[in-house]
Amino acid sequence: MANVENRSYQLRIWRQAGPNNPGKLVDYRVDDIDPSLSFLEMLDHLNETLISKGDHPIEFESDCREGICGACGVVVDGRPHGPIPNITTCALRMREFADGATITVEPFRATAFPLVKDLVVDRSPFDRIMQKGGYCSVNTGQAPEANNLRIGKETAEMAMDSAACIGCGACVASCPNASASLFVGAKVRQLSLLPQGDVERATRALGMVDQMDEEGFGDCSNHGECEAACPKAISIGNISTLRREYVRALAKG
Amino acid sequence: MDFDIVDGTLSDGAPDGPIETRWDRHRFDLKLVNPANKRKYKVIMVGTGLGGGAAAASLAELGYDVLNFCIQDSPRRAHSVAAQGGINAAKNYPNDGDSVWRLFYDTVKGGDFRSRESNVYRLAQCSANIIDQCVAQGVPFAREYGGTLANRSFGGAQVSRTFYARGQTGQQLLLGAYSSLMRQVASGKVTMMPRREMLDVVLVDGHAKGIICRNLVTGELERYAADAVCLATGGYSTVYFLSTNAVNSNATAAWRAHKRGAFFANPSFMQIHPTCIPLQGSAQSKLTLMSESLRNDGRIWVPKKKADDRRPKDIPEDERDYFLERRYPSFGNLVPRDVASRAAKQICDEGFGVGPTGLAVYLDFAEAIGRLGHENVEQKYGNLFEMYREITDESPYETPMRIYPAPHYTMGGLWVDYNLQTTIPGLHALGESNFSDHGANRLGASALMQGLCDGYFVIPYTIGNYLADQTPDSVSTEDEAFDAAEANVRDSVDRLLAVKGERTPRDFHWDLGRTLWDNVGMSRNPEGIMESVGHIRKLREEFWQNVRVVGSGDTMNKALEYAGRVADYLELGELIAIDAYNRDESCGCHLRTDHQSEEGEALRRDDEFSYVSAWEYTGDLGRPRLNREKLDFENVHLAVRNYK
Repeated sequence: MANVENRSYQLRIWRQAGPNNPGKLVDYRVDDIDPSLSFLEMLDHLNETLISKGDHPIEFESDCREGICGACGVVVDGRPHGPIPNITTCALRMREFADGATITVEPFRATAFPLVKDLVVDRSPFDRIMQKGGYCSVNTGQAPEANNLRIGKETAEMAMDSAACIGCGACVASCPNASASLFVGAKVRQLSLLPQGDVERATRALGMVDQMDEEGFGDCSNHGECEAACPKAISIGNISTLRREYVRALAKG
Repeated sequence: MDFDIVDGTLSDGAPDGPIETRWDRHRFDLKLVNPANKRKYKVIMVGTGLGGGAAAASLAELGYDVLNFCIQDSPRRAHSVAAQGGINAAKNYPNDGDSVWRLFYDTVKGGDFRSRESNVYRLAQCSANIIDQCVAQGVPFAREYGGTLANRSFGGAQVSRTFYARGQTGQQLLLGAYSSLMRQVASGKVTMMPRREMLDVVLVDGHAKGIICRNLVTGELERYAADAVCLATGGYSTVYFLSTNAVNSNATAAWRAHKRGAFFANPSFMQIHPTCIPLQGSAQSKLTLMSESLRNDGRIWVPKKKADDRRPKDIPEDERDYFLERRYPSFGNLVPRDVASRAAKQICDEGFGVGPTGLAVYLDFAEAIGRLGHENVEQKYGNLFEMYREITDESPYETPMRIYPAPHYTMGGLWVDYNLQTTIPGLHALGESNFSDHGANRLGASALMQGLCDGYFVIPYTIGNYLADQTPDSVSTEDEAFDAAEANVRDSVDRLLAVKGERTPRDFHWDLGRTLWDNVGMSRNPEGIMESVGHIRKLREEFWQNVRVVGSGDTMNKALEYAGRVADYLELGELIAIDAYNRDESCGCHLRTDHQSEEGEALRRDDEFSYVSAWEYTGDLGRPRLNREKLDFENVHLAVRNYK
């Protein structure tokens, strides 16, 4: 489907063979890009060209390509997930970039997210934070009848707002302190709003915050960049809740 | 087409007698592993989606030692995450006549009488427990103002039994299972192995006792031994290149298990989902699904005039053909997926399609917005509308969506018995990776139900029956079977790198997908299928002479991973075509143009084809052996599906 409206771009992409190798921005040109393509499909196209030339394709992560799995995520022109607020990289379309534009692509950078290769980073600290209380301790088979627990529609909706987090790490990458407070706050708020989460409320807040510190994430100092970068528009209010929950837990001793 | 047919080799192992008590009686008969001994057994679980994640957590809670693998960087990214619309359960909260029996009946009928009654009944029975379990985990399901759980209706049913969390139900259920999994990782009962791809199953004395993985960061081949192995590795829709599945979803684990002796059942049963965003351009990597829940309020239509290029809102009401409402007045826009997809294809083939390619129909919300108000429509479907707008640059609040069918889910998969065990002793398959519950067509909101049912409520019981006869920790990775399997994997990786040809793996994949979509897609005929088989054989031959994989095996190399998957698709694709050829009838998703009514409805041939096609690998891809498992319908009587 060759199209007169197809566009060309000058790309500057971070290449790094591994965590202990030096990295640098490398220039590439892509032509004949249909503006309806996603940003990642544009990178697929570039990789096909590189393979044809015998060059190593650029490693980047993606999976569902519909904005829900949280696997993708690169910094585009200085912004995690690119210039359009509240979407994932896979949802970013090339029509947002003018023909001939120069686009810089880098990995999510944070001490706690060590680089693996090119644009791929290690976000396993999020799993380890979850292991410190991001759950309700209920074994399979122990659950009571679901409608015995009535939860107001508004409460359920607020919990869902927080639960929408996809664990992509854009909040960390956008934060000048590389804090994971929005990620942690979203899970803590979801479960603090719901009666199911009440029993372990204190240990959850303490455990998850302590693990966040241990992983090398910074503190929150209210820059608000995380909310702007979050593909699910998770509110910074979740961080206020996190602080309240943490203090409440400390007070309980 | 030439292959041997064998009958009587396969038994589902379910008890006879009244269907209502089969699972209870079976559970009583299953052998148990005593609580103190469970910790001595190690189980390998491949996959962390609704099947694998739920199973890994549940088995660990019971005390088993679990090694859990996934190809992603985190178990939370398994493709179950992308399911949108909801999960069915026979709770009958709306008091509208639902029951375990009705869910069972709807599922068997929806599957066009090609599923196993015992399994489906068990699924319906367990469905209510799944909702209880998920609520207890903190899954924020939609609620009514009074605080009770909300339901909506879905295709193929006339009751409202679908539970949902906005348009992100799969994500929320997966995060529930993932949170339980993380709890078990913290307790030390699950060891999580992310960024590993299973490339072979290791058989010791005919039993599955381990796997070979490639570490996707270092490229190293790794050996893992256990007392039993479970695959929960999803479906294989990606064989069609363009599908709604994730780009890393693949068939490799299931296919390699097949080549080690696990039968592959009904491979041609491929669900083509009716409501996907149409293809936008040739460089597109995947298609995006729009939840079936949209068919609750959206009305599907095309202009009555062919190639009508007026804007949709300029086409007056009496010049529109609401073809599903016209053809199926009682189910209307909520007919099952196969029926809706086929109707859309027919109307487009007749020249009534819309959009630049003519391969699309409208899904219109104007009436719903008028009836419910903008705000209520936004609350129900807001995130789906937003996703549509991001992709197409058009707002469904202002103009109808354009939709077209796309490969979405595979009812086929590894053959399993009532215990979810494959034909390899010790090897089990869960969720979409098995074939068991959906027959020739899956109803909406039933995939999540099946994945979680298998993971939470079936395998925790049935695996004990296998393990009870095994001596724990009897196999080590030093066993020569591991040497052979690792050598086999190393050889296939080295071969891919050694070809150094001209065509990229993606190019082969695209070519394969096109021939399958054209000939073994929404409608099929023997000549087209044969043509496809010929093309696939040529492609496979060319692949091993002309594929280009750059880089090396000893580092992260996604192009190499992908090449291995494409090599497997090129083998599986042929089996899909052979299966479609053999099934000389139409049923559910499988429409053979030589077996349809004048109105284009599927015509089954129950006398000849009431069986599961379980294909056995013989070493010759062109000549697999067909094992037929006869299906009996004692409770839901065989009938022509009628949604009129």
